[in-house]
Amino acid sequence: MDDIATAAVEAALAAGASYADARVMETRTEAMAARNGAVETLDREERAGVGVRALIGSSWGFFSVPDVGSAAARRAGAQAAAVARASARVAGPALRLAPETPVRGSWESECKEDPWGVSLAEKGDHLEGVTRTLVENGADIAEAVHRIWDTRKWLVSSEGTHVDQHIVECGALMNATAVGEGETQRRSYPGIRGQYGTRGWELVREIDLPGQAARVGSQARALLSADPCPSFEATDLILGGEQMALQIHESVGHATELDRILGWEAAFAGTSWLDLKQLGSLRFGSDLMNITADATLPGSLGSFGYDDEGTPAHPVDIVKDGIWVGTLSGRDSAALAGIERSGGAVRAEGFNRLPMVRMTNVGLLPGDSSLEAMIEATDDGIYMDTNRSWSIDDKRLNFQFGCEIGWEIKGGKRTRMLRNPTYTGISPRFWGSMDMLGGRDEWVFWGTPNCGKGQPQQIGHTGHPAVPARFRGIRVGVHG
Amino acid sequence: MTTETGSGLATAERVLAIVRDRAGTSAEAEVNVVGGDRSLTRFATSFIHQNVSEELSHVLLRVALDGRVASSSLDGPTDDETLGRLVDNVIAAARVAPADPSWPGLTSPATVADPGHWDDATAAAVADDRAGRVRAFVDAAEGLETAGYCSTTAVRAAFANSAGHSATGRSTEAALDGIARTPTADSSGLAMSVRLADVDGEAAGRLAADRARAASDPVDLAPGRYEVVLAPSAVADILGFLAIYGFNGKAVEEGRSFVRIGDAQFDPAFSLRDDVADAGMVGLGFDVEGTPRRRVDVVVDGVSSAILHTRRTARAAGHAAQSTGHAVEGGATWGALGGKFVVPAGDRDHDALIGGVERGIYVLDFWYTRILDPRTQVVSGLTRNGVWLIEDGKVGRALTNMRFTQSYAEALGPGAVRGIGSERELHSVSFDTDGLVPSLHLASWNFTGGAKG
Repeated sequence: MDDIATAAVEAALAAGASYADARVMETRTEAMAARNGAVETLDREERAGVGVRALIGSSWGFFSVPDVGSAAARRAGAQAAAVARASARVAGPALRLAPETPVRGSWESECKEDPWGVSLAEKGDHLEGVTRTLVENGADIAEAVHRIWDTRKWLVSSEGTHVDQHIVECGALMNATAVGEGETQRRSYPGIRGQYGTRGWELVREIDLPGQAARVGSQARALLSADPCPSFEATDLILGGEQMALQIHESVGHATELDRILGWEAAFAGTSWLDLKQLGSLRFGSDLMNITADATLPGSLGSFGYDDEGTPAHPVDIVKDGIWVGTLSGRDSAALAGIERSGGAVRAEGFNRLPMVRMTNVGLLPGDSSLEAMIEATDDGIYMDTNRSWSIDDKRLNFQFGCEIGWEIKGGKRTRMLRNPTYTGISPRFWGSMDMLGGRDEWVFWGTPNCGKGQPQQIGHTGHPAVPARFRGIRVGVHG
Repeated sequence: MTTETGSGLATAERVLAIVRDRAGTSAEAEVNVVGGDRSLTRFATSFIHQNVSEELSHVLLRVALDGRVASSSLDGPTDDETLGRLVDNVIAAARVAPADPSWPGLTSPATVADPGHWDDATAAAVADDRAGRVRAFVDAAEGLETAGYCSTTAVRAAFANSAGHSATGRSTEAALDGIARTPTADSSGLAMSVRLADVDGEAAGRLAADRARAASDPVDLAPGRYEVVLAPSAVADILGFLAIYGFNGKAVEEGRSFVRIGDAQFDPAFSLRDDVADAGMVGLGFDVEGTPRRRVDVVVDGVSSAILHTRRTARAAGHAAQSTGHAVEGGATWGALGGKFVVPAGDRDHDALIGGVERGIYVLDFWYTRILDPRTQVVSGLTRNGVWLIEDGKVGRALTNMRFTQSYAEALGPGAVRGIGSERELHSVSFDTDGLVPSLHLASWNFTGGAKG
């Protein structure tokens, strides 16, 4: 396949590209879903093709073909250059690439148990069993899903990079919905998006859906009669790890994507409240806030050996001791912003999409407290967990998030269950109020398999190491 | 690989023949073949920075063996060896899959009408055609920073199943969606049609720039309930939620929907139909199960009147329910999607709609709307691309973006719709859903905070 990619790059150069790279990708996927004790869908996909990126002047041209033959690859290369050249009608300053030493290498994610080796019968029994348990314990609608992605890709660039990778990702989720008179309540496990990683079937076994199904089903039912979350203009808020992953993803990850900061996503995904002039000096949060983008974390969903420009995975500090110090970047955005080296954060959903800045594993480093200690230290507050709704403005500054479940905290004790908990805030003010942080033993590498960005839209897989945390003086309980 | 519909049908028939050969004539099978081209020219900071094009070659196969169902899709070559591997994979999966008690069977032979949403020139468009429209958009903004895209899509689809039903169709779409930016505000201009020739880059750019200037130097407004005029883009967002969480047969079956057929749940002035054949719409005349898409009157004079179905949700609904042609690929988990919604135009032009508001808010677009509870249709989101105060029947000061938490169903409820615009726009929503919608004047909208906090 390296030869195919090489042919595509040569064709793009021959057609006038100043730089070109090509990715040959083969992807297999499987998704099985069960509902109320029966498997409802079993879908598999197989994708193969070549995507070529050609740079001419100020624009990338990109062309993809659903074919892995050398003739198709050469055609894709020539077409990518032709598309780039057409951009000259609306040209800007010539695009440069931050320097990166060409590499030759291979990388493979660790997979202890091949997910393709687990029989469909066992997989079906697994999902059917947990949905039955959910129903037996109170769910009106019980759903469970597993997904597998198996990707092989070969990247060649005109600078001499040749890398190939084999990445297996899988995971699962279940949720229980209880239908009441006027509303519905839902509980999900391990989280609203499940739990996914660059791992094999061992991850599905570790999260142990059967062991949690009874609790999840009964909590969904109990929520229907729980008290609504009261409204406070300012109270103490403790967030569980899964909700923290969402909080990091939406309010830190997207805000620090360099293409957004530069305005390249202004019309759709939006921009950022962050100004590059403040990089290195802006206070993003409290001293406890340390965020890294680290694609080298073993097993996390945003891990890889090389990004889709061939930049080797490496950790990047994003927020250090509360100060904004880094961005998620690629070679083009880094060069434009005057950043010395690409952050290695460029990936494409598939062979038919242009690589763009995506989160890797954007996560919060652990502190030295624990969820239990946070609750004990809180006289009056709300504990919320498991994301239910998420809305944030196009500058990633103002957010309103809802959780599936909440508990009132009184005098250091978790008391009554609360339904429909929501909270809202302004990003630096919110992060600035964080005063307690869970420790390393509560650190979980959450995986988000459905991050949308770009036009045409691409779905990205991102990782978010997170721990529970406490925030002070937060507005909670915003209702319609 | 610009597969013609005829060759697409031949590919589908080849797949069915392989299924018969390898699983016998009792196997139920359906095949979708999609070919064509999709291109998008993207601009930001007033120049083209990403220009992409892809050839489509997609085959989707679903097989049922004695009620054991599996499906698989292929994006890649369609040679015999690859198709044979696709068939083998699906058959192997179906043989060991658990029995599916809800398997609804295949679509019977039926006539599929062609809605005629095709334009040869759009199908033949090249990067230079799109770049020309971007040039016009950027120039019309007269120095304001611009961003957005111009896209063209040509799809040729073929369907065949082992019950003897087949269908072919083709559709084109073209769109230019962009923003103009001042130092304090962004605003947008959109053109979308079956024909690229209808996409006027200069007009869209001028509109975006005029709106951006009018939205500049915004002031804060205290949160609270306000009368609103929602521009078509915001109305299209509402339709998306009504469709997925309301009139979706699966949501109804599961008890998550607020819809009660026969009840006057909406204002009598509000009607809604699903109608791919409308001259202003885009799309194909059949769904992924091959079911012809017929007109469905979803809301008639404020009364909830029909539910949208796939074959699976129709079977679950029982009685005389039939698929309405709303199955989409990968949509079994979500239910009936892919609506082609049309809201009939009203009798008020923009000035008349605004003129009917003593004090209220004019919203151009919504952003990042997420449902808090499907049963109540309470949604949280923000305004985007321009929001203005209306006073004494005139659009006045620009406002900073605001956050809302509002039940979409209640917003359109009895007594809530005070006016409907006479001009409509076509907007893409999500999940292959499109809306041809007017502006709406609504009695109340619950703004819960400013975007600055």
